[in-house]
Amino acid sequence: MADVSYKSKGSILNPLRTLSFLTRKPVTLPLEPREAAANYRGFHLNDWEKCIGCSTCQKICDNEAITMVQIPGLPSDPVKGVRAQRPAIDYGRCCWCGLCVDVCPTASLSLSREYIHTCGSNELDSYFVLPDPNGIHDKFFGHGWQKTADSDLIDLERQEMPERGAQERLQSFDEFVGGYDTQQAIVEASRCVQCGMCHDACPAHMHAPEYIRAIWEQDLEEAVRQIYRTNPFASVCGRICTRRCESACSIGVRGEPVAIRWLKRYAMDAVGHERVREIATGSCGDFISGRRVAVVGAGPAGLTAAADLARAGHQVTVYEALPAPGGMMRYGIPAYRLPYGRIDDDVDVIRAMGVEIRCNTRIGTDISMESLQQEHDAVLLAIGLQFGRSTRIPGADHEAVHSAVDLLRRIALEEPVTVPESAVVIGGGNVAMDIARSLARLQIREHGRASVTLTALEDAGHMLADPVEIRETHEEGISILPGRGPKECRLKGDGRLEGLVTVKVLSIFDESGRFAPRYDESDMQLHEAQMVIEAIGQMADTTLLGDELTERLEWNRGRLQVDDGGRTSEDWLWAAGDMVSGPDVIHAVADGHRVAASIETYLAETVEAAP
Amino acid sequence: MRPENYQAVSQPPSNEYELNIGPNHPGIEGNYALKLKLEGDTVVEARADAGYLHRGFEKLMEGRLWMQNIALVPRICVPDPAHMEVCYSLGVEMLGGLEVPERAQWLRVMQLELSRITAHLFYFGGAAATMGMYSNMFWGVADRDLVLDLFEEFTGGRVYSMYNVPGGVRRDIPAGFLGRLSAVLDYLDSRLEDYDNLFFSNYVVVHRARGTGAMNRQQALEWGVTGPNLRATGLAFDLRRDDSYLVYDQLEFDIPVEEGGDALSRILVRRRELVESIRILRQVAEHLPHIGGPVRCPIPNPLAWNVPRGESYARVESSKGELAYYTVSDGGDRPWRVHVRGPSQMHAVQVLENLSVGSRIEDIAQIMFTLDACPPEVDR
Repeated sequence: MADVSYKSKGSILNPLRTLSFLTRKPVTLPLEPREAAANYRGFHLNDWEKCIGCSTCQKICDNEAITMVQIPGLPSDPVKGVRAQRPAIDYGRCCWCGLCVDVCPTASLSLSREYIHTCGSNELDSYFVLPDPNGIHDKFFGHGWQKTADSDLIDLERQEMPERGAQERLQSFDEFVGGYDTQQAIVEASRCVQCGMCHDACPAHMHAPEYIRAIWEQDLEEAVRQIYRTNPFASVCGRICTRRCESACSIGVRGEPVAIRWLKRYAMDAVGHERVREIATGSCGDFISGRRVAVVGAGPAGLTAAADLARAGHQVTVYEALPAPGGMMRYGIPAYRLPYGRIDDDVDVIRAMGVEIRCNTRIGTDISMESLQQEHDAVLLAIGLQFGRSTRIPGADHEAVHSAVDLLRRIALEEPVTVPESAVVIGGGNVAMDIARSLARLQIREHGRASVTLTALEDAGHMLADPVEIRETHEEGISILPGRGPKECRLKGDGRLEGLVTVKVLSIFDESGRFAPRYDESDMQLHEAQMVIEAIGQMADTTLLGDELTERLEWNRGRLQVDDGGRTSEDWLWAAGDMVSGPDVIHAVADGHRVAASIETYLAETVEAAP
Repeated sequence: MRPENYQAVSQPPSNEYELNIGPNHPGIEGNYALKLKLEGDTVVEARADAGYLHRGFEKLMEGRLWMQNIALVPRICVPDPAHMEVCYSLGVEMLGGLEVPERAQWLRVMQLELSRITAHLFYFGGAAATMGMYSNMFWGVADRDLVLDLFEEFTGGRVYSMYNVPGGVRRDIPAGFLGRLSAVLDYLDSRLEDYDNLFFSNYVVVHRARGTGAMNRQQALEWGVTGPNLRATGLAFDLRRDDSYLVYDQLEFDIPVEEGGDALSRILVRRRELVESIRILRQVAEHLPHIGGPVRCPIPNPLAWNVPRGESYARVESSKGELAYYTVSDGGDRPWRVHVRGPSQMHAVQVLENLSVGSRIEDIAQIMFTLDACPPEVDR
């Protein structure tokens, strides 16, 4: 290219050069409407079907241009992680950076290819816009800037949890999940967008965003403080919680939800039991009300209520029939998922809050309900569901047919259990998985090899157990047969059990949604086994109430009738936990709080009523 | 009143007066004021007042997340925003120990050089306008629009690209983009002769700009002059070569210098830099198809991103000169302090004040614009 010839003196003919422009296209472009680039960052579009109202866009917006607006009539479901609110954009503030699009966990937000928006006087609030898929004032110019794999700012993959392999873990009842180290926990905690869906979904409304944030900031004591605001069973829930929080997590819409359960476990383990106890009891006052409350059953519901009431200054005594507190956490969940030491830790904190726990004390036998009533201002029943339900198929009354909860309890109590060389489990829930995997471990210990088959009514896509537990059960070599219904426990000629006969399931529920399984009797299989275990549900043993009290109380389909606060028809008696609601520890904890609040209100009212 | 207390009001001589220029005037790309003291048509004293465009960028950045600042920093220099976002990102990357993938580095160079071209085209128009010549401005702005079309296509925005994040760029270029880039470069090449005939070799321009607002190399160094203004005094100093960043060390380009140190030299250095930018972009268009891989390294969730404690100083060669970000992190999720070393601060305050003295009033706008100062960069 020629260098600039500015040193020239010029020529008088130079102006004539401009004549050439008469034949050239003008450099300025004609003012005609044109389409913006495919990538253009125009105005916001929001797919309301995809949007869950998590407000992450609002958090990233550096100009505070986004306001979350409640939309009446939109679906709102805390359990599914959906809120009836959608982002509205103030275009007086927006700078069109598109970070809201890049950070949107659901990928519902995008920007349009509209350059300039103008509107008539009949279109109000034109620059404070609630974006929808149709564009502003229904003028749709197509999608411009959208989330791509390059631009996505959300980390969709969770930190992998170290755990031992299937063959190694089958050798013992030791816990096989290793727990996060500090670096993993910080990275995992940093994935959280603080939307609070987890808080809304949790039955106990745990302050998960707060404790995840504290873990990310490495303020673990603050994390424990946040955890103990709502849950005295954090070591337990950090291991076996059914984690409604993670099902609702907005990161889980497109990726793997934040591992909230493992983070809770990390905080509790990292701080250590002694310090956790100091932190948890630090908020206990020295107020003594002089009121006495009895709690029957040292499971999660009873102990949570006991902890709440003790912290409020009441004298609480918990009566437990079995040798150690914990209820189903100890006697229903195998130690490889939940080591007993962790239950002891949580219970120790509750004791330190001032709760007295009397084990080996069976109400109805050692102490009567009448004397409990006389010696206490209020009584809470939290006895759980101790009896396994039976399929009542032919042969189910054979001595080699057991209920899962019964067997799990005996294994936990280290009572002698006859370990069969092969066993069949009926049921597809978490309890079925627990007993199948426990039996496999016992078989390895006694016979050197495991042979357990699990038959479930549901098909593989609808099994009731946690998908993680189903995967682990598979890994441990247990054969899971979905879509098989129990027909009979067939006996041999000598009276011994030959095995379980199952038939193919056609459907489980009838047209009105009632449980009425239909089977294809032509597809029949015999699963040979020396033991059949029924894991199809549990029921409460309420004989401790005695005939007279049972008669006085109101019942609803075999369950105690309680009000919103868990109070029965007797004004001194409350009921909580699995026996009235269910189905897991975190629901029991939530129930414990609810009932404790009701009892407190009652105790306060009766003080005020006293002269 | 006692007679001994009476003092006559002192009247300045009638040929001395004060003149306020700005804050709105065509001599600069934004709001900026000069207070001049004149004797006749000659400036005897000049005071710069940068405060009319104070938006508190540095303070605002302390309140925003590391990621949010990428939407803020381009506003510090409207004509050349790409250097702002790249330099900020480089600073954060130094603190966080982030390794930017090679492809992203090439894309950044492409963005920076396109941005330099838009800034220079804008400059040609402005510099011509201060001499009363407006065709150049219409041409410059129209041709700049073609580059803005390219920006729109690969960054999503015409002026404020906001294309960078610490760790890389936000997305790859669309299919067929490099062909369209080459077409625009061909067009710009073909236009240079027109610009030369109209402006750069224009007899009136050359004689009007020669010797105006001249400084020598010694003065330039003492006053902190950098970039094209420094190179107009004959010193071939360019950070792209002398403290290379991104992939500039893999590119061939010359560093144009002029000796005069005056308005004409400053204009011509930029005219020749435009050619070098086109040369760099042609090399990028040639290399980029052979460089694969991601355009961003993995970065944490922007809402929970703590950048390690420390301080960093990142500098780049912007169209105006040496632009640097001094960034301090206390280990938190937002900067503890960011200081922007805008080249315009030196050019628009001490240099302009010094060069104005002794100049004639009609040259002030030309001196101002040929220094290419960007007011928001002066008072951040």
